[in-house]
Amino acid sequence: MRNVVAAPVIVLAVLLQSAIVSRIALLSGIADLPLVMLAAWALQEDVDTAWHWAVAAGLFVGFVSGIQWFVPVISYIVVVFLAQILQGRVWQAPLLAMFLVSLLGTVVMNLLSLITLRIFGVPLPIGDTLGFLTLPSVLLNLLLAIPVYAVMRDLARWVHPSPEVV
Amino acid sequence: MRDLFSRTLQTTIIFLVVGGVLALALGGYFSSASNVFTRSLINLQTWFSSRFVAVQDFVTAPRDITSLRQRNAELEAEVAELQGQVIQLQQEVGETEILAALVDFSRANPENTYQAAAVIGRDPSPFLHFVIINRGSNDGILRGMPVVTDQGLVGRVDAVIADAARVQLITDPASKVNVRLQNAETEASLIGSVTGDVTLELIPQDINIERGDLVLTSGLGGGYPPDLIVGQVVNPRKRDFDLFWLATVQPVVDFNRLPIVLVIVNFRPVDTSPLFPSP
Repeated sequence: MRNVVAAPVIVLAVLLQSAIVSRIALLSGIADLPLVMLAAWALQEDVDTAWHWAVAAGLFVGFVSGIQWFVPVISYIVVVFLAQILQGRVWQAPLLAMFLVSLLGTVVMNLLSLITLRIFGVPLPIGDTLGFLTLPSVLLNLLLAIPVYAVMRDLARWVHPSPEVV
Repeated sequence: MRDLFSRTLQTTIIFLVVGGVLALALGGYFSSASNVFTRSLINLQTWFSSRFVAVQDFVTAPRDITSLRQRNAELEAEVAELQGQVIQLQQEVGETEILAALVDFSRANPENTYQAAAVIGRDPSPFLHFVIINRGSNDGILRGMPVVTDQGLVGRVDAVIADAARVQLITDPASKVNVRLQNAETEASLIGSVTGDVTLELIPQDINIERGDLVLTSGLGGGYPPDLIVGQVVNPRKRDFDLFWLATVQPVVDFNRLPIVLVIVNFRPVDTSPLFPSP
């Protein structure tokens, strides 16, 4: 039943992304709060609803954003996929896995956006995009990763309490 | 009889001495001595007074500290409340100034009908330069309507829902605005970019353009009304092997600080796409 917390959390994350995070730019890059949040959620143990979160967050971001709706959906699914792969493999270093997923997820999201927009006729120079947008976005997402991971870990413990606690 | 005489003499001498001393004192002959005396008295009184006050403070201090702390807390709370009010009032003054400027702008351009809207968000994707406003189809906003501020052109409405709309800024990489240069009397195309820079393209090389030239919408294509201020040319470049000038434009609108915008609701964009054959 506590899984319904996904809806308000995703809505809140997208609202914060649009209202606040998008205004804090480094060069032309901005952090992606839903992406980092999904990465942190998917890396938590006992969490098996990350796929649902990814689709819901992707659809919501696609609705708010001017970019094609499938770009955030696919990107967030890839982020969850990467997190599921890395979960457990990076032994006893969840933050390292978090950084890795955030970095790879941001790169995937940016590449997919770049390819899609170029296909749709938007002239985007690759050099400028990588230098002024992707690299700053990666840095901002890595900065955001630590606090978001802590918040999502607490949320995961609340949604999936361990048997000892129960 | 002799005793009476000697007592009277003593009294007279005493009066004379006292009178003489008084006369000398009144004449100012004892001023230095009297100053030393009075200063000593004052110093002594000051010493006593300060010691008394110190002792009094020591005795009554606990009660005063308690009351002072309470009073201090009350005053700090009052100061915090007043500071909050000051911040709120400053914010209201800022909003009022912006609204006043927008009202002035709408009065100066009575040919247009405006709908004011607050910018409540930006596009979550860094690739796109869109803002979200808090007015939608319920307020008469339609897709394609131009969006301005009192300074100049902001962009146009890209998507609308009931109570909100998404506005494509002229800095968006997919944005293309037909403009004209006021001084050069030539038309050009204004293109956005992923970094937020806007450039002028398609200006023939035989036209002379200079830094500071004013860029206005031309109205060609029917996407925007004519004569909206866009910006100024800041960096015109011409190379011999190029067909056209390449010039960077400094927009008049600060897109990083865009609290309130005006949507021109009586402008209907012309859809010219059916006139062009599809490939």
